[in-house]
Amino acid sequence: MRSVLNQVDGSIRLPALFFVVAAILWLVVGTAFSLISTLQSYLPDFMSSCEFITYGRLAPAAANALLFGWTCNVIFALGLWIIARLSLAPIPSGGLLLVAGLFWNLGVKVGLFGILVGDLTTAEGLEFPGYATPILLFAYTLIAVWGVMAFRARQGGGVFVSQWYILGALFWFPWFYTVAQFMVVWFPARGVVQSITSAWYTGNLLNLWLAPMALATAYYVIPKVLGRPIHSYNLALLGFCSLALLGSWTGVAQLIGGPVPIWVSSVGIVASVMMIVPVMTNSLNLYLSVKGAGTELWRSPALRFVVFGVCSYFLASMIGSAMTFRSVSEILHFTTFASGQSLHLSYGFFSMVMFGGLYFMVPLLTKVEWPSAGLITVHFWGSALGITISVVALMLSGWITGHQMNDAAVPFMDVVLTTTTWLKVGTVGTLCLTIGHLAFAVHFLWMLFVTVTIQAKQGSILLDPASKEGAA
Amino acid sequence: MKNLPIIFCLILSSLAFSVIGLVFSSNIQLGSLTPTTETLDESGNPIAGDPLFPVTMPGVAQQGEAVYVDLGCIACHTQQVRRAGFGTDIDRGWGKRHTVARDYVTQGHVLVGSQRVGPDLKTIGERQEDANWHHLNLYNSKIISGDRSIMPRYAFLYDVREIEGTTAANALQFEVGSPYAPAAGFEVVPTQRAEVLVEYLLSLKLNYSLPEAQISEK
Repeated sequence: MRSVLNQVDGSIRLPALFFVVAAILWLVVGTAFSLISTLQSYLPDFMSSCEFITYGRLAPAAANALLFGWTCNVIFALGLWIIARLSLAPIPSGGLLLVAGLFWNLGVKVGLFGILVGDLTTAEGLEFPGYATPILLFAYTLIAVWGVMAFRARQGGGVFVSQWYILGALFWFPWFYTVAQFMVVWFPARGVVQSITSAWYTGNLLNLWLAPMALATAYYVIPKVLGRPIHSYNLALLGFCSLALLGSWTGVAQLIGGPVPIWVSSVGIVASVMMIVPVMTNSLNLYLSVKGAGTELWRSPALRFVVFGVCSYFLASMIGSAMTFRSVSEILHFTTFASGQSLHLSYGFFSMVMFGGLYFMVPLLTKVEWPSAGLITVHFWGSALGITISVVALMLSGWITGHQMNDAAVPFMDVVLTTTTWLKVGTVGTLCLTIGHLAFAVHFLWMLFVTVTIQAKQGSILLDPASKEGAA
Repeated sequence: MKNLPIIFCLILSSLAFSVIGLVFSSNIQLGSLTPTTETLDESGNPIAGDPLFPVTMPGVAQQGEAVYVDLGCIACHTQQVRRAGFGTDIDRGWGKRHTVARDYVTQGHVLVGSQRVGPDLKTIGERQEDANWHHLNLYNSKIISGDRSIMPRYAFLYDVREIEGTTAANALQFEVGSPYAPAAGFEVVPTQRAEVLVEYLLSLKLNYSLPEAQISEK
């Protein structure tokens, strides 16, 4: 068993590490962009003389660097690695993945360049200009071909929980991404059909791309680290089916009050509220899977991040369901609350789980343990405090300004003053995140460097599977 | 899970449902909306001879819309008026009626937006009809809204240059004694992009009724 897993790891080591390096570099770039644009959001003169980094371009550039750079690369690294491991068969043609990785990251660079020179589109998450996305789709095709090959090569008849999620997401992403590209960017549909499609797309991104990949990682890492199976197979099945059925209907809830037929936002609200079902079942199942593990949850870096992520998943999704109620959304609509909630999901849940996955995966691939517990602690607290401060600031700002906006007697500039105050608090959060990410990047590069030197000196000693599997 | 085909069917059908149910069906319902007259005749047809709304933007304004898009203004500004009873858009004077799907059918880029860091702009061309106001706001928003304004400066859309002979006709007019005014002997002149952007902003109006959204006379 272990020797097979070793062969699997060996067959995917190079491409997986390539994706990890790319993901971490984009994370640093995206964080730097976010930091500058957060400062610009209340210091309008900050770096405003240069058209290329004006707030309206830098903010989408930051979001897309994180979405297509960090998020997608880390998904490719972890998702493909998990699929290969669960197939229990070494997958040839890692070279295909490397080519795909090079093209994907070329596409991200072209897209970001396009945004900064002003070719951006107007739809959230689709800002890359129409000439960058074919490169992404080409790269993605190669990745998906590899994913299907890896799945078909699997030994034994069983299909694991993580495999459902990864397979689902690998199919869903290119599908909804292409539909959105066609209807919004390449051949724009008439009028507000564009708005409906792009709102639908943002819901899909969270529920059918980020969430399944993070859940797959959690469902894989938790049993591996604790050495016992997940609590309930049936709960996991319920969670998967309900997420698949509801996930792509929630995005349009944000169009409430907008120039669209009322049935559109109503459908979105119903689906958002029903999302309680997959969220509850998955959170409960994961909670019962770690219950009783005691200090192990805190001592293992992988579990610490993953458990933080699962808690955020529950909290952020519950808030997400509650905020779609008409009486609540009347207050929160158009405020920063929604960005706080989506940040909570995409970072507090997705990114934290993926960090945990990386802390678990990278030592198995490189055969070297993480060199410094201190840097992991800095990363954890930087990320945990940073995301908490950022989310709380955005949500409180949204709550207070929402009430001010709904009192027509409050002048608009008073609302701006409140926003400004909370944006300043949010900067502290972004600073914490920056520190955490820098610690992580330095740590990872240090580890890669150590790998090279130790392997050169000592050869096969560190490749002993027993000690490494046990250590993880 | 032994039944791999069932999982596959679920994966494929779940997204297929929402593509059909949300994207394609709204395209069927809304994709063929056309401009129409302010009121309809008894049989529900546009009244022959009446002007059609919404009108297509003039070419200059369309160029301005492209500038609005490339500067990412949508990050902070919406362009939609919500109906009375949901928010205070109409009370704040941001429009006399709520916007409906038909208001957007003549736009290439639909810029309804989703976040209001700044005010809604659907009717900014009615609220501020003075081009100089818009130019000053873009050049430095603090001139218009005071020091609290957090709108970025778009000074790169303007040339500050020495006055040669007479002041240019399109030079920005500052209040006497304004601390933001250029030094004596200098003038601030909008570039082509600033001119078309302001033309676009001035074209943003909601001063017509539609059969499904009448301006209520108060």
